Amino acid sequence: MNVSEIQTFEHDVLVIGAGGAGLRAAIECSARGLNTGVISKSLLGKAHTVMAEGGMAASLGNVDRRDNWKIHFRDTMRGGKFLNQWRMAELHAKQAPERVRELEEWGAVFDRTPEGLISQRNFGGHRYPRLAHVGDRTGLELIRTLQDHGVHQGIHFHMECTALRLLVDGGRIAGVAGYWRDTGRFVLFRTSAVIMATGGGGKAWNVTSNSWEYTGDGAALAYEAGAELMDLEFTQFHPTGMVWPPSVRGTLVTEGVRGDGGILLNSKGERFMFDYIPKRFASETADTVIEADKWPDDPSARRPPELLTRDVVARSIRAEVQAGRGSPHGGVFLDIASRRPADSIKRKLPSMYHQFKELAEVDITTTPMEVGPTLHYFMGGIRVDADTQQTNVPGLFACGECAAGLHGANRLGGNSLSDLIVFGRLAGVGVEEYLSAMSANPRADDTQVTAAFREATDILNRETGENPYLLHEALQEVMSTNVGIVRTGEELQTAVEQLEELEVRAQNLKAPGTSQYNPGWHEALSVKSLLIVGEAVARAAYLREESRGAHTRLDFEGERDECGRFNIVTKKGPGGEMQVEKVQRPDPPKELAAIANATLEELEGGQVQ
Amino acid sequence: MSTRTFKIWRGDLHGGEFHQYDAEVDEGMVVLDVLHRIQALQANDLAIRWNCKAGKCGSCSMELNGRPALACMTRMNTFAPDEVITVQPLKAFPVIKDLTCDVSWNYEQNKRIAPFKPKPRGRDGEHRMYQQDADRVQEFRKCIECFLCQDVCHVVRDRDRKDAFVGPRFMIRLASLEMHPLDDDDRIPEIKKDYGSGMCNITRCCTDICPEHITITDNGIIPLKERVVDRYYDPLARLARLFAGRKVRTKTHTEEQSR
Repeated sequence: MNVSEIQTFEHDVLVIGAGGAGLRAAIECSARGLNTGVISKSLLGKAHTVMAEGGMAASLGNVDRRDNWKIHFRDTMRGGKFLNQWRMAELHAKQAPERVRELEEWGAVFDRTPEGLISQRNFGGHRYPRLAHVGDRTGLELIRTLQDHGVHQGIHFHMECTALRLLVDGGRIAGVAGYWRDTGRFVLFRTSAVIMATGGGGKAWNVTSNSWEYTGDGAALAYEAGAELMDLEFTQFHPTGMVWPPSVRGTLVTEGVRGDGGILLNSKGERFMFDYIPKRFASETADTVIEADKWPDDPSARRPPELLTRDVVARSIRAEVQAGRGSPHGGVFLDIASRRPADSIKRKLPSMYHQFKELAEVDITTTPMEVGPTLHYFMGGIRVDADTQQTNVPGLFACGECAAGLHGANRLGGNSLSDLIVFGRLAGVGVEEYLSAMSANPRADDTQVTAAFREATDILNRETGENPYLLHEALQEVMSTNVGIVRTGEELQTAVEQLEELEVRAQNLKAPGTSQYNPGWHEALSVKSLLIVGEAVARAAYLREESRGAHTRLDFEGERDECGRFNIVTKKGPGGEMQVEKVQRPDPPKELAAIANATLEELEGGQVQ
Repeated sequence: MSTRTFKIWRGDLHGGEFHQYDAEVDEGMVVLDVLHRIQALQANDLAIRWNCKAGKCGSCSMELNGRPALACMTRMNTFAPDEVITVQPLKAFPVIKDLTCDVSWNYEQNKRIAPFKPKPRGRDGEHRMYQQDADRVQEFRKCIECFLCQDVCHVVRDRDRKDAFVGPRFMIRLASLEMHPLDDDDRIPEIKKDYGSGMCNITRCCTDICPEHITITDNGIIPLKERVVDRYYDPLARLARLFAGRKVRTKTHTEEQSR
């Protein structure tokens, strides 16, 4: 293979992924005068960001004036069980409002308050109504706004293009080898900086709200290039996915249903969430139905327990089902029908109405929904510097779901969309700084390029081998059985052993047909990423011997103080083996620690500065 | 569980034919589930575009028994029990392979549309917009770009006048800008001359097919046509403007530049 004959593009920076984070990063790079390329596995505007429903969290204070960045910061840290990177949570809470206003400047049409300002809704873990939203299709609004703005910014979009390998020169990023999904031809990007914005790896589980694109490519490619991964044991199970019919099991039901007054019931008709209020949130959560029902109209009423953080609600639903109090198809009931008038449900939750009507033949304005936990989000991912989003590999940046740090042990709903736009922008700023300090451009040697392409073509050229779809199913079975919503050391060890066996089998994947638009081949290539990510999750989960946030160990109940002092970092060892270690957390800056530990009264009254 | 017969078009730009597949169908399945099962067990290289599988991304557009639809939102129990299901790619665009086609023309149209041009913010630093005004635009912004409306539009599909008309999708994109309470641009000459609002003959096929139930024709295209008529053809309005000494733009930006 002659590398000079491969189609080649030269960019200052290449963004991998065109969801909210990738688009926002690309817009920032381009605005700073960089020649910016974007590659995306799908067509533009189809990325999984469109599935985000509820909204984006920003302390605009439009609905409740008492809100400010400190309370948003405090909510984020508490939701993340204090494993978040302090600086990231600070930057996020401070910058989110400006990023949301910027979207409005680019044409986004958010729902409005009676005064004509951006409206904000309540969500789990957020003290005040904080989520700027558009009905229950906020993600679509975000991606379309960025897309329509971005196409006029001189960005080079390369659609239906997949990255195979990061190329390096002396440890620095020098390019990306990839292929076009439609033609199957190879392509080479020569670039000194790469921004990963590839999302998570939910497709390693069989019940997930994630689409096929979520195969952990960003984390896996970064890992192969020597980048550190962090916090991978924290995989968020969203409490409310559809459970029936089987073909849509896992599809997301927005938290907005509960934010807008929906309640959770078991088969006996009991509001069981009152039985599961953790100590940390007890003083801020209603403990009787009477009080919960007064919220939000009566400002003295505390929030209903259905709006506790996602980890708590997901575990509670699981416990109810295990105790035999589940719904007919193994979930619980989510009832908005008896709480709100039909026309208000249709107006505030139009796509939920539509989704249940068309896919489950259920009218949510008259009938409760059946819901259960679904793998939704990776809190962990590529380890980055808070201010620049750069990894330990010079020239490699990451933002959005594929980056770690903002959410700690558990992400609050609504903090994802704001994460994308805050850190997407900061990644662009970071890249400009990096490039302006660089003297000579790195250049990848040909052997890396040809090796990447040969590995990919081997899958097509083999006479016989493993069916990639079935291997993917086997992987999902391992993860769902052994690395689920609750875990034990024994199961996690089993998972690692079984994944190692699958990795051996994955050396012999075979995709029939040619390279032109061949999903079997695409599947084979992405299974390799999933195996790396799956193993990293299982190993990190084994090492964390406590239950915190989204990570629950049956053999180690409750949070342990000593475990709050480290994050788990995963990297590729010199012999190619996966290394997992505990990395000491630095002490937080005094001001931030004071805010996180302050009472609400102090923050609302401005006593803590 | 029952066995159902599918006839799936397989091929590329150079030609192709229908292949028959028998597949097991479980309760509650949609067409896309069955196609995935065929892909995993019988035809690993069957090309399909899909993403969210919940009707929110508009990727899995195809023609099912001749009717354009999202495969992820078409339940198997909407077909008669013994009906053979014919699956083809969208006809209005060139096929790439099997059920995928080249929809890049749509992305080119979007890029031709001038970006949102915001009014200045108020003195308090805020944009004010009321929900009743937002409602009108939000209807159009529900669009998931599945391009089913483009596929059924007679101008795009049957007459292949892609040179003269941007199609329903981009008429409502234009409507979402033209009716945006904060947009400060005048887009009428372009809507008439560059994007071809006059080409639509109001058969409402696009509205009928829209999976997001956007009233494309009546709420989007017709009001744009009316604005064009007011600008160019209403003699009273022209007289009124003449007396008021108010000038309006009738040439497109391109026409002005070439003059």
